[in-house]
Amino acid sequence: MSESILFDGPVCPVPIRDRGQVIMGHGSGGKLSHDLITGLFLPPFDNPVLRAGNDAGVVDATPNTRLAISTDSHVVWPLFFPGGDIGRLAVCGTVNDVAMMGAMPLYLTAGFILEEGLELGLLEQVVTSMRLAAAEAGVQIIAGDTKVVERGKADGLYINTAGVGQLFAGLNISGHQAKPGDTVILSGPIGDHGIAVLAARGELGFEADVLSDIAPLNHLVATMLETSNQIHVLRDPTRGGIASTLNEIARQSQVSILLEETTIPVRPAVQAACEMLGFDPLYIANEGKLLAIVGRDDAGKVLEAMRATRYGEEAVIVGQVQDEPAGRVLLKTAIGTTRIVDMLAGELLPRIC
Amino acid sequence: MKYVDEFRDAGLVKSTLDELRGTVTRPWVIMEICGGQTHAIMRYGLDQLLPPEIELVHGPGCPVCVTPLELIDKALAIATRPDVIITSYGDMLRVPGSEQDLFSVKAAGADVRVVYSPLDAIKIAQKNPHKQVVFFAIGFETTAPANAMSVLQAQSLGLDNYSVLVSHVCVPPAMHAILSSPANRVQGFLAAGHVCAVMGYWEYPPIAEEYQVPIMVTGFEPVDILKGILMTAQQLEAGKAEAGNAYPRAVTFEGNRPAQAVINRVLESCDRKWRGIGLIPQSGWCLRPEFIEFNAEHRFQVEGIQSEESPLCISGLILQGLKKPDECPAFGRECTPERPLGATMVSNEGACAAYYRYRREYA
Repeated sequence: MSESILFDGPVCPVPIRDRGQVIMGHGSGGKLSHDLITGLFLPPFDNPVLRAGNDAGVVDATPNTRLAISTDSHVVWPLFFPGGDIGRLAVCGTVNDVAMMGAMPLYLTAGFILEEGLELGLLEQVVTSMRLAAAEAGVQIIAGDTKVVERGKADGLYINTAGVGQLFAGLNISGHQAKPGDTVILSGPIGDHGIAVLAARGELGFEADVLSDIAPLNHLVATMLETSNQIHVLRDPTRGGIASTLNEIARQSQVSILLEETTIPVRPAVQAACEMLGFDPLYIANEGKLLAIVGRDDAGKVLEAMRATRYGEEAVIVGQVQDEPAGRVLLKTAIGTTRIVDMLAGELLPRIC
Repeated sequence: MKYVDEFRDAGLVKSTLDELRGTVTRPWVIMEICGGQTHAIMRYGLDQLLPPEIELVHGPGCPVCVTPLELIDKALAIATRPDVIITSYGDMLRVPGSEQDLFSVKAAGADVRVVYSPLDAIKIAQKNPHKQVVFFAIGFETTAPANAMSVLQAQSLGLDNYSVLVSHVCVPPAMHAILSSPANRVQGFLAAGHVCAVMGYWEYPPIAEEYQVPIMVTGFEPVDILKGILMTAQQLEAGKAEAGNAYPRAVTFEGNRPAQAVINRVLESCDRKWRGIGLIPQSGWCLRPEFIEFNAEHRFQVEGIQSEESPLCISGLILQGLKKPDECPAFGRECTPERPLGATMVSNEGACAAYYRYRREYA
């Protein structure tokens, strides 16, 4: 090419089309996870409940009783970190997935995969933490399973939980229900869990004064549903952060979501850690926050009701739903420009310099 | 947050833009060298705010993007050995080599670890005396002091299981290469603030003089970048071509002398291939011969690996500021961050990734 006379010319690597193996990015909650679900899991299991693509499947148990059913596996490391541990996470994660369908979670099951050599005292601490979280959420753990694997085959302890809850009557809450004109409410500051766990690993050589936000959100959800029948979507933005969750909703509902950067709360310590590592807080995991998409007329009273609850004290309006461009999340920056907020692609990686 | 909020202040952005609009009378092409600046420009949409006379083109300052294919292939060859733990900065793991990337070899069983600093790799070497620990030391002048320091530490600790795969590149030779190209359109540079925090900017007055281009040391926040553009435009309009500093809170003329001394003790200038651009003479740093025992290429005998690249994307033109990412036919179609054709789509600092992440709506 004549344009680059002094150089070898434009060159680039051979593309990697499809990987033959699972990579860590498949578990990031972002684009690769999404592709794995839609490409590999959905086709063989395909049914209308699964196809809805929500945090929990909703089925009619009897003509008057609808159930939300969900499952979640927990592989966090370290097992204990500021603000929580794998036990509290295992209970709250599933409770929240069920609650996000507009259901009151009732029962959980718990499956434990234990690594040979795990201290029983440590397991006891985890179980105590599960008991306390279940009591706070008002759910019972009614069945369980234990497997032990050889040393080196698991990271101490993995927990799977499944949960079932009963839907509040007359609701149709789903990622498909966001409508142009709706208001987006966020229940509090973002990124606490991801940064707390990252700091607890000690690998990146920094300490952060941040507690994980792990919390059962079902009582908050119940309060919101008592306040308004105009709650269209509820989601807890876990892995992939609010950016990935809002992208899922925008795609499911074929709408655009416009966020106001200045309204999105981020604690200073989380902001500082993100600045240092080159992360965007929009992509950092939360375990005790929810996003609600609410009819505009009810947004004020829903917000007020949320702020009166323990886990919704810092709730704020962060954006609105609009027609175009469908399937996209946009962000109005503090300096008045607009940019795309995409799904997380692959794993979050610290920057080089 | 101090040192961040005041440089993202909407009022300061506006007043700097007003001053810029009052300054420019003619079209100017300005290149920001550093990929970190490209991302900040896209993330804040700064180019949407600039007066139409100012065109920003994106430079080669993405360390991951310009790391040559054969170095990645060498890293992959070393990583697949059973006795090796290979470590690098996170971004580097996702860059495709000829056939795979480090994440894929990790998935296949290799011990590949992300570290935030090469000094963490030293700790891994101390904890794993029966493994060979290799740090894939890439980057511009910014990362060179820490990478060089790790070699000195390994030496003083007597570690015989630590080595570095060095692929360092330097900014001034790349500026020479861009400016001496007949296709060059660049009339002024925003120099990379982080690089200059280490090196100072004493290397730039001769370049400004020789090619008659202003070169302005520039930071990474919106107000910093606009300040750099403003100071460059003021010189261009006044017919001046000098090296200046729009980032004085981090950069001095001399730079960080102790850091430069560490670099000079461990590394020496050498020819370096830039991915997508080609060989630029004396454009990189290699380990000095007296540190050959810490040279992973030598230790694992991978010096001979040569890699051929296929002309499938235009990242070379993008890295030289001759094309913009959205002018590539593959952009956002065959080439996305999940399935990158080129390194510029992979890195947090790559121009294509910046366009894709923040801008593809408008492409």
